[in-house]
Amino acid sequence: METSSFYDLLLSQYSNLLPQLKLEGGINNMDEKGRLTNIPFGTTVLALKYKDGVIIAGDRMATEGYQVSARRIEKVYRCDDYSAIAIAGAAGVCIEMARLFQTELEHYEKIEGMPLTTEGKANKLSQMIKGNLPLAMQGLVVIPIFAGYDLSKGEGRIYKYDITGGKYEETEYYSTGSGGKDARNTLKKLYSLNMPADMAIAAALEALYDASEEDIGTGGPDMVRGIYPTVKVIRKDGIADIDPAQIEAAYKQLINSRRRAIAKEK
Amino acid sequence: MPFPYYVSPEQMMQDKAEYAQKGIAKGRSIIVLEYQDGIFLFADNPSSSLNKISEIYDRIAFAGAGKYSEFESLRKAGIRHADIKGFSYSREDVTAKSLANAYSQTLGTIFSQEIKPLEVEILVAEVHDDPQTNEIYSILYDGSISDEKGYTVIGGKADAAKIFLKERYGSNMPLKDALKLSVEALETTVNMKMTINNMEVAVLDRSRNGRKFRRIRGGELEALCNA
Repeated sequence: METSSFYDLLLSQYSNLLPQLKLEGGINNMDEKGRLTNIPFGTTVLALKYKDGVIIAGDRMATEGYQVSARRIEKVYRCDDYSAIAIAGAAGVCIEMARLFQTELEHYEKIEGMPLTTEGKANKLSQMIKGNLPLAMQGLVVIPIFAGYDLSKGEGRIYKYDITGGKYEETEYYSTGSGGKDARNTLKKLYSLNMPADMAIAAALEALYDASEEDIGTGGPDMVRGIYPTVKVIRKDGIADIDPAQIEAAYKQLINSRRRAIAKEK
Repeated sequence: MPFPYYVSPEQMMQDKAEYAQKGIAKGRSIIVLEYQDGIFLFADNPSSSLNKISEIYDRIAFAGAGKYSEFESLRKAGIRHADIKGFSYSREDVTAKSLANAYSQTLGTIFSQEIKPLEVEILVAEVHDDPQTNEIYSILYDGSISDEKGYTVIGGKADAAKIFLKERYGSNMPLKDALKLSVEALETTVNMKMTINNMEVAVLDRSRNGRKFRRIRGGELEALCNA
């Protein structure tokens, strides 16, 4: 019986196309703790549920050691009409994995004539992360958050993963990456059940802002170049990008209110 | 040592061709034609789940007539071919031409080397932003491939339906006219009434973002039929 999975097809017949990396330089690429230094890493991504579905967002910066390697890298990817993936970890492998996962979902949908369920997509992603384990052991860790709108349940769903492919469903919000803990702290304070969309977007942006203040690997809003975090909403009628102009306005408001708070203290 | 019976190559090919043609002639027809917004695909198909028309890639659709199990495996092979190509190069590098050639090779090889030829006729269509560059390829059971313009028909009563369309087809027709014309073409050649329960309709609509393939069914199809 032939497979409906693109990933399994690559695995069995075209394994050269799978995301992988042979480190020729060996030890020269690593710091004293054995971590890779000259490969770009991406950083804070988050997802939270709101009234009509789920919001998924991420900052735009990638770092190589203590250097900024890219300012407008994309960490949140649309997978299909009802799901998205946000990835923290080694940028190259992350981007490849996101692209592979997109193709995986589309391939299944075309072969079978119907899309996978949200749970099915989340499980498939888990298997793909498991397949990446040998790379993860070398420091090329890829940790995604998967968010989707479950049409059968009529609600948004969030899944987090560990490097072994372990899959855990979150009921409210989650954030991962080097600034993940800081973003989670902010979300913990701001989150409430059934938030309206604008409040949820504002919470996501504030969480990313706080992460960028505390974590050197996370980029904040770049007002000079006009680079802002990516925010996508997934709801009953599909997935949509939030307009950067709206994000810019929200950040201006946030920064002003912080300025006022500091001025008051003085 | 007993000698096998000698059969001349001409005779063998002719027998295979006859066998394949007979199989295909039993099946129903599929019409593909260019309309205002892209390419329109129409099949006479009483099943709502065993499709004859399907999506291959962003701009490419597939239609198969004849034996279901055989064109279904060709369809899946096409999707694999396209997805692997798109993944290893880029989405724009997946073309109907390369796909049609691959189909032609496969069908040709099976026809000449296997005892039983495939009893199928298939179509590969690709929509472009410039209507002049739309591509429609039809590939026969023996791998022979032809490049069609405007409209074409495969399956059972293909020739009669083509003659019908030749007189009435006009370029740049709106969607509802394309549907009406296709229904008429099949109704006159097959001499049976088409209802929305035995129509399978899809379009490659160039005005869509990303994936151009879209099925038209249920209420939308009904509304379009009555328009």
